[in-house]
Amino acid sequence: MSTPTDDILKQALDELATTTDLTSLDAIRVQYLGKKGIFTAQMKELGTLPPEERREAGQVINQAKDVFQENLDAKKIELEHTALAARLANERIDVTLAGRGQKVGGLHPVTTTLRRINKIFASVGFQVVEGPEIEDDYHNFEALNIPAHHPARAMHDTFYFDAHRVLRTHTSPVQIRVMESQTPPLKVIAPGRVYRCDSDITHTPMFHQVEGFLVDTNVSFADLKGVVYEFLRAFFEKDIQVRFRPSYFPFTEPSAEVDIECVICGGEGCRVCSHTGWLEVMGCGMIHPEVFKSVNIDSEKYSGFAFGMGVERLAMLRYGINDLRLFFENDLKFLQQFN
Amino acid sequence: MKISETWLRTYVNPALSTEELVAQITMAGLEVDAVEPVAAEFSGVVVGEVVEMEKHPDADKLNVCRVNVGETELLQIVCGAANVRVGLKIPAALCGAILPGDFKIKKSKLRSVESFGMLCSAKELGLVAEAEGLMELPADAPIGTDIRAYLQLNDHSIEVDLTPNRADCLSVEGVAREVAVLNQMPLNIPAFEPVAITNSEKLSVSVEATTACPRYLGRVISGVNNQAETPLWIAERLRRSGLRSLSPLVDVTNYVLLELGQPLHVFDAAKLAGSITVRYAKNLETLELLNNQSVMFDEKCLVISDDESALAFAGVMGGSYSAVHEDTTSVFLECAFFAPLSIAGKARQFGLHTDSSHRFERGVDFELQNRAIERASQLILEICGGQAGEITEVTTVSELPKREPIRFRETKLNKILGMSFAPENVCRILESLGMKVVAQTDGWLVTPPSFRFDIAIEADLIEEIARIHGYNNLPNNQILVRSSLNQATETVLDLDRVKDLLVDCGYQEAITYSFVDENLQKTIAPSAEFIRLKNPISADLAVMRTTLWGGLLNAALHNTNRQQTRVRLFESGLRFVQQDGETLQEKMLAGLALGNVTAEQWGEQERPLDFYDVKADVEAMFALTGCNVQFVADSHETLHSGQSAKILNENGDVVGWLGMLHPTLEQQLGFETPVFLFELAQDLLLQKRNASFKALSKFPSVRRDLALLVKEETTADDIIAAIQSCPEPLLQEAVIFDVYRGKGVDDGFKSVALRLVLQNQAQTLTDIEIDAIVSTFLKTLTVKTGAKLRD
Repeated sequence: MSTPTDDILKQALDELATTTDLTSLDAIRVQYLGKKGIFTAQMKELGTLPPEERREAGQVINQAKDVFQENLDAKKIELEHTALAARLANERIDVTLAGRGQKVGGLHPVTTTLRRINKIFASVGFQVVEGPEIEDDYHNFEALNIPAHHPARAMHDTFYFDAHRVLRTHTSPVQIRVMESQTPPLKVIAPGRVYRCDSDITHTPMFHQVEGFLVDTNVSFADLKGVVYEFLRAFFEKDIQVRFRPSYFPFTEPSAEVDIECVICGGEGCRVCSHTGWLEVMGCGMIHPEVFKSVNIDSEKYSGFAFGMGVERLAMLRYGINDLRLFFENDLKFLQQFN
Repeated sequence: MKISETWLRTYVNPALSTEELVAQITMAGLEVDAVEPVAAEFSGVVVGEVVEMEKHPDADKLNVCRVNVGETELLQIVCGAANVRVGLKIPAALCGAILPGDFKIKKSKLRSVESFGMLCSAKELGLVAEAEGLMELPADAPIGTDIRAYLQLNDHSIEVDLTPNRADCLSVEGVAREVAVLNQMPLNIPAFEPVAITNSEKLSVSVEATTACPRYLGRVISGVNNQAETPLWIAERLRRSGLRSLSPLVDVTNYVLLELGQPLHVFDAAKLAGSITVRYAKNLETLELLNNQSVMFDEKCLVISDDESALAFAGVMGGSYSAVHEDTTSVFLECAFFAPLSIAGKARQFGLHTDSSHRFERGVDFELQNRAIERASQLILEICGGQAGEITEVTTVSELPKREPIRFRETKLNKILGMSFAPENVCRILESLGMKVVAQTDGWLVTPPSFRFDIAIEADLIEEIARIHGYNNLPNNQILVRSSLNQATETVLDLDRVKDLLVDCGYQEAITYSFVDENLQKTIAPSAEFIRLKNPISADLAVMRTTLWGGLLNAALHNTNRQQTRVRLFESGLRFVQQDGETLQEKMLAGLALGNVTAEQWGEQERPLDFYDVKADVEAMFALTGCNVQFVADSHETLHSGQSAKILNENGDVVGWLGMLHPTLEQQLGFETPVFLFELAQDLLLQKRNASFKALSKFPSVRRDLALLVKEETTADDIIAAIQSCPEPLLQEAVIFDVYRGKGVDDGFKSVALRLVLQNQAQTLTDIEIDAIVSTFLKTLTVKTGAKLRD
């Protein structure tokens, strides 16, 4: 036997200790344990020994091989860890850079507001109905108890096409259209565009309203108050102060304006509420018997309430928008604020 | 309407602060818009009398006055006003006074003469915007009295925004009546006697239009002096109600209008020829009105005329010819009741709106005329002197408004308001409102008073009870309503879902006006027939849109003009298309995109948007519906002829269009990059196919890719259609995944890579089967499209 096993082992362990990468580690493995490896050669040499020495010499070699293998494995794990750590370090990126791809857009704040209104009313079974925007005089006025030359017509600055056709001035004609085609009980809200021939800081010639109405056998003003109250609280997500003020609409009797405590100043008085602490947010009332008459609903059997609100106004209050005209300029800098 | 709080409180004076009073009437349905002090803040001004006066030694325009302000010594005050004179009573600001604008009065020297205060004009006291000379106070003004107390300046102008039904409150007396009811207090109506008849002059009156004018009263008052001074208290009450003092005769009619709500008119009697007639105008009859506007009447306009011509536009405005002047000495005073329907809309027809037409249109108390004419006569005689003639009255009782008793059921009241009222309270409220109430077994019979034009049915009475009781004292019910389950349809996609998809694709929702500029409309859709507004608000909002693209293009320009280089917008709404004389109102969904595919970002090559990027967004919408659509190359007047597609559904209906804005329009409108547009009919877009299950195959699918050489004009749809024309049940998928032109492909040709996926439900496909199927496909492709397999 040329070299003592101990010396070989010592040399092998020295080589393992100085190895720094997996490739040379593998070369060392092959050098000692491969088919032509040093330990393999030693095992082959056992055959040249007298049989009585073979066993002991074999044990010595095997023990040395085991020690080497153990060290090799340990070294391999160590080097693998080091390599992985190096890779991870190498692949580090700046996770604060923005993600790539299409950025999402957004809905118009009027749509967002309408969806919320629809959702609140849908939750108690109101059905959403739409109607035409070019309306006839009958549905926009006559059937709503606003005959020609009624002073209330002056309150609606109407856009005309001809003697009989107008751009609807409110969503109330949908009330007539629904009552003409369906029978009570009715629970409907009608959102949509409406038009008034008026344009200044606080008026745009087009805006959105939501009309709502409920007709059944036993509907009272107290029901109306309850619905309006609960709606406003749901909409503003707040236990807000609400008051009902007598008013006048030809198509309701009794009629009311609804004021809420100013959401800007909390009722203290500010520019938005003209220092009154109150904001007018909707009109409502019990459906006028003349209106029932025009759609052949028996006002002795049925009663109902209706309400109407301006969507832009609610959106302005909700989001603190201070200029109505912004809604229709469609400036991305405005629209993107509501994404 | 503006009224003075102090004036109001002469009728009824509840123990309420101004704020409380205003809140109370607002909550009763007379909405108060504004409350303003009638004079600016000032102090230290008293009634003074100029006792002595001499010219200032060193200044022509100044006078040195000695003024009695109620103290032991006279005050020396230098004054530059032209109307200063001995014996004049004026407001005198003493040393230490603070005038409006925080202007402090101190002892001073004017050109070396000492001055111990200032004599004031109405402007200097903040009462009016403009004034000439000192404010002249009546001779009986008590010297030394604080001017604020003397003029009752601690008063407010209350502006009430009345709804059209409450004409009865268009007067101080009317508002006071409400306040009295709300506070359960009596109303002090000033009493006055009919004036003595000291004149035999009388004009005969004939009323031809008795329906329009059921009551007409008139009287001659002669010997009047219209140059007399309107008393300060009247001028002040007018001022606080927003009216200017003009001449005593006109001031009196305005005063009675404010006091009682009755419009009156004074004619210069010297200008009248013969008798007075109330009649409808002759067609094309003309009249020059008090405001110098000439009007040409039609036969529905009511006029007051003499024997020669129309004198006044009845219930609206007098004529300029018969108007009173400074030197008028004899007047004919008119006090009529015109029926609301005969006046309604008449003023507006000529662009007019007067205090008179405003009241007559809404309804004036038809029992008020006698009282009003006597009140006006009394004031004229007091101020202008003169002798009143007998009243001529023409009343057609049958044409006066009727006040029918209304059946008012207790059960109905309680049912509608959701609470029960004590019958005695109901009676008290109604009676205090001037109604006649007769008890019945089931309620009451209620007759409204002549001043209420808004009480005709039971519901009106219910409102009165609710109003006086207080809306906020009525109960609030929890919602308890009958419900039924709504259908949850699967055959119509919710528009909201599609909008959400577009939002996720980076689009921002826009809302644009439904009316657009006529030029823009004609530019982008020259052949579309549109409908025009009769009274547009401006030329740029004059015609109804026939496409949503107009508004979106405008909105895009608004943004590109503001340094936005990438714009993606969509809108949903109606378009208005004229077709065979009908206006179709069609729900559309439209979109616009310009700029790069994605916003500028790191590590990604920027690429300008092209047709296919926007097509992907459109296809995504249809993917939500599960319906197949076809994009057919076709030309559209708004779009690039080579990059526009008509979108057809499976029934061949045109769902809409997609394409690039025509380059000419792009340039004309001012865009600097291509603009892509789509517009889809909502009804067709939202038709949804219900999902239906097909069994999954347990056997592997096989993919075969074919590289086909086809002519340039062969479309992707041609290739797919050829594949689909083969009745091959095993075909799962046929998709073009690459198109190549260039090296190795001849000019006029392109190489198309087609992926075919085959799968059998019952067994694994063998190579032989697959080759046979693919070879059939190839043959069909060659026959139908001339495609060849690329080497």
